[in-house]
Amino acid sequence: MQTPANVSRPRGSVWTDPKVRAWLFQIIAVIAVVAIGWFLFDNTQTNLEKRGITSGFSFLNNSAGFGIAQHLIDYNESHTYGRVFFVGLLNTLLVSVIGIVLATILGFILGVARLSPNWLIGKVATVYIETFRNIPPLLQIFFWYFAVMLSLPGPRASLEIGQTFFLNSRGLYMPAPSPSDSFVTFFGAVVVAIIGIVLLTRWSRARFEATGRYFPVSLGAIPLLLVLPGLAVLLTGNPLQWSTPELTGFNFRGGWVLIPELIALTLALSIYTAAFIAENVRSGIMAVSHGQTEAARSLGMPAGKTLRLVIIPQAMRVIIPPLTSQYLNLAKNSSLAAGIGYPDMVSLFAGTVLNQTGQAIEVIAITMSVYLAISISISMLMNWYNKRMALIER
Amino acid sequence: MSTHTFKPDLPPPLLSVGVLGWLRANLFSSWFNSLLTLFAAYLIWLIVPPLLQWAFIDADWVGTTRADCTSGGACWVFIQQRFGQFMYGFYPTELRWRVDLTLWLAVIGAAPLFIPAMPRKAVYGLGFLVVYPLLAFWLLHGGSFGLREVATSQWGGLMLTLVIASVGIAGALPLGIMLALGRRSDMPAIRVICVTFIEFWRGVPLITVLFMSSVMLPLFLPEGMSFDKLMRALIGVILFQSAYIAEVVRGGLQAIPKGQYEAAAAMGLGYWRMMGLVILPQALKLVIPGIVNTFIALFKDTSLVIIIGLFDLLNSIKQATTDPVWLGMATEGYVFAALVFWIFCFGMSRYSMHLERKLNTGHKR
Amino acid sequence: MAVAKKQTSAESMILMEGVHKWYGEFHVLKDINLNVKPGERIVLCGPSGSGKSTAIRCINRLEEHQQGRIVVDGTELTHDLKHIEAVRREVGMVFQHFNLFPHLSVLQNCTLAPMWVRKMPKRQAEEVAMHFLERVRIPEQALKYPGQLSGGQQQRVAIARALCMKPKIMLFDEPTSALDPEMVKEVLDTMIGLAEDGMTMLCVTHEMGFARTVANRVIFLDKGEIVEQADPETFFNNPQNERTKLFLSQILH
Repeated sequence: MQTPANVSRPRGSVWTDPKVRAWLFQIIAVIAVVAIGWFLFDNTQTNLEKRGITSGFSFLNNSAGFGIAQHLIDYNESHTYGRVFFVGLLNTLLVSVIGIVLATILGFILGVARLSPNWLIGKVATVYIETFRNIPPLLQIFFWYFAVMLSLPGPRASLEIGQTFFLNSRGLYMPAPSPSDSFVTFFGAVVVAIIGIVLLTRWSRARFEATGRYFPVSLGAIPLLLVLPGLAVLLTGNPLQWSTPELTGFNFRGGWVLIPELIALTLALSIYTAAFIAENVRSGIMAVSHGQTEAARSLGMPAGKTLRLVIIPQAMRVIIPPLTSQYLNLAKNSSLAAGIGYPDMVSLFAGTVLNQTGQAIEVIAITMSVYLAISISISMLMNWYNKRMALIER
Repeated sequence: MSTHTFKPDLPPPLLSVGVLGWLRANLFSSWFNSLLTLFAAYLIWLIVPPLLQWAFIDADWVGTTRADCTSGGACWVFIQQRFGQFMYGFYPTELRWRVDLTLWLAVIGAAPLFIPAMPRKAVYGLGFLVVYPLLAFWLLHGGSFGLREVATSQWGGLMLTLVIASVGIAGALPLGIMLALGRRSDMPAIRVICVTFIEFWRGVPLITVLFMSSVMLPLFLPEGMSFDKLMRALIGVILFQSAYIAEVVRGGLQAIPKGQYEAAAAMGLGYWRMMGLVILPQALKLVIPGIVNTFIALFKDTSLVIIIGLFDLLNSIKQATTDPVWLGMATEGYVFAALVFWIFCFGMSRYSMHLERKLNTGHKR
Repeated sequence: MAVAKKQTSAESMILMEGVHKWYGEFHVLKDINLNVKPGERIVLCGPSGSGKSTAIRCINRLEEHQQGRIVVDGTELTHDLKHIEAVRREVGMVFQHFNLFPHLSVLQNCTLAPMWVRKMPKRQAEEVAMHFLERVRIPEQALKYPGQLSGGQQQRVAIARALCMKPKIMLFDEPTSALDPEMVKEVLDTMIGLAEDGMTMLCVTHEMGFARTVANRVIFLDKGEIVEQADPETFFNNPQNERTKLFLSQILH
């Protein structure tokens, strides 16, 4: 301030008072946003009226009248648009879950491989990562769908594995299990085995703390999981009946089928996302300084325990946040299904349903809300995790 | 007093250096490592020779029709015959020089920005950013000053991909910077507006944004005002991308030490001068690698415009593979598309890594 | 063999015979011969890049030597992991940058190895840990995390962590170089205390005051060779070698 303190402030200086300015600025901004919102809303109203579209969500109760190639819940043409939405949502979730599992496994293997002291393994992993993360996912989906899946032979010339799995241009056919009479016993045995493992884990931990001797849980868990259910099978017979696909006429009947769209989509998304996960894993491991390994080794800890007790707990803190955002990306990229007609939420709902009903606003709003809800809940979960796991420092 | 005579440096034992030492240390240091080496070698043997066989040894390179592909390998004749379409879409053949000229102007115009010693770089850069888009639009679209009009529906191929990506990033940058400033603002209302805007676009897939801009935008606008398909896609892309740019810029703003803000305020600079003269020039320099990375993501994402029926590189190739004359060329087509995308993305990612290294050394204390 | 082992361990704790090491083509350690008796306290000094850190890191095989023999407490270091881990259990090490595990509390840092390597029950491991934390005079920090401590405190925890394995030998790799000046003393005092208890110690350090008061023997390394070794009295007051003299004049001003 150039004015000395004893000089009274001239009138009118409220306009240069930062506080007043801030208030004014914010009020103007809010008014502008509301005005734009009203402008859009008003235009939409008139446009809808002109086109004779009634807004509202009642269309969800109308019968859809089209078939869907893959539905996890019961569905036929007479079901409503509302049900179409759930069919699509479940299909989206199916692709996302399979994709996330595959991408995580592949990504961790590649990330570790890239850091391997083995030169050749490191190079192979690098080439993989640099190749697949620089090609658009949609292009990869097209490749797997149009160039690979659709150019497979037809059902009569299927590629087969041991008369049980059949791969052809209509998808991958595999035996489907259904529970038989002895399933209950089998299931009971599995439950008992799991309870046993939980108890074993507790006992092993207590014993370790009391005596310092560590009993590897897997040493007991694996036999437990094999023996108990195995015994159940021996005593009461096969718990599952398998219906194998059989070629009748021009196509297969029976068993389960993974449609080619699903295969192409999950393959492409897993391969693409794995390249990014591998980079996250690599930088997570590299973020743990070499001094940590040296300190643990100098205390006489073997390599395996060093990895398990010192390196991994620290690396995971670094890996998990970017990993979740890769999961989110994969879920969002599953919307690329629209490119090959896999019946996911976007292609079914924002595609077919929108075209049939013309309810653009409602359909897009619902679709976007679902993604927003997923994103927001995951990022909230992430913030909570970060707060909990942050290394305590001054 | 004695002087110590140092022993001469000896060569290391044979097993630890040279080819043998390298092999032992990097490939066969333990039985497990040797196993891994064999596994990797098997993988390479499984993939590389058949690929080379298909792509080069058995491939057909010359000819004009499908019938010329007889060797059983890749039929590059297909790519060669349709190359023009893949690059320019349906842009009239006799006017394609305009596209080439636009590209050359970009290269020549941007070149001085990469010369480290160039004086007044910022002024030149800003001027280029204002003049070039106008010039480019006039060259590509025409319709005035003696150039024949080429409607955007005729644009396509790699050219359209580049147009969408560069317009997307150029439009998203200013918006993204404003959003980032807003998100860091002291004013709660501004912050809430910006955070909501950013998180909204970051939470939804681009494909739904494209759907939205193609079906909802016409509803949002008053009677008589309408955009063509490309314009609608661009608006969607810009809004979507600006949210990502905003987050990158925010990272840069956070990296600027508090002392810089205090020093600027102490000099009596107001908010806009402080940001424009002190903070942003530093922050933007820091985030160039991040911006290049979002550009790579956007470049890959442009392929999504296929969903709303624009003919970018990927869609041009997809259409060509469904041409009855060239049926069964899907593999060649997609491999070619992958190669083009890969060259661009890989090149840019190397550039961004190079920048990052350069910035890191500049900031080391 | 058992008899032979006893004999060697009685006369030497660490034995290095003709040890050579290369980093690629670079010859870092040239023909190092060193015999450390139980209870001996040795300070290694020398200009940077002289190989002094490498030499002590060879003793618990954080670095691998390529020629010669290293025998620690009767066990020769070979490629055999069993031997290496056996040696590491008996040799404690303190690093320049502490290398505490940031995700574990101070107490957990100290009990980790005793529990997982020495198979000590948790309760006992914690008692041992508290005992040594008291020795380094920070028992009240046991439940804090390394990130909450000052550099000097962290280094004292690192010393306690190494002691919890009840090692026969302690290696110190420039333990005070990363510390602020006012924290050097608390760490040196801890080390002096350790020396008074008769621990066999090898320290790489530039703290010449520490060397004077504590060491039995000071070894000067240059260009990967042992240039001079003597008791501190002779070493500081009457160095025999020009290189040593030059080095001392640089470091003591």
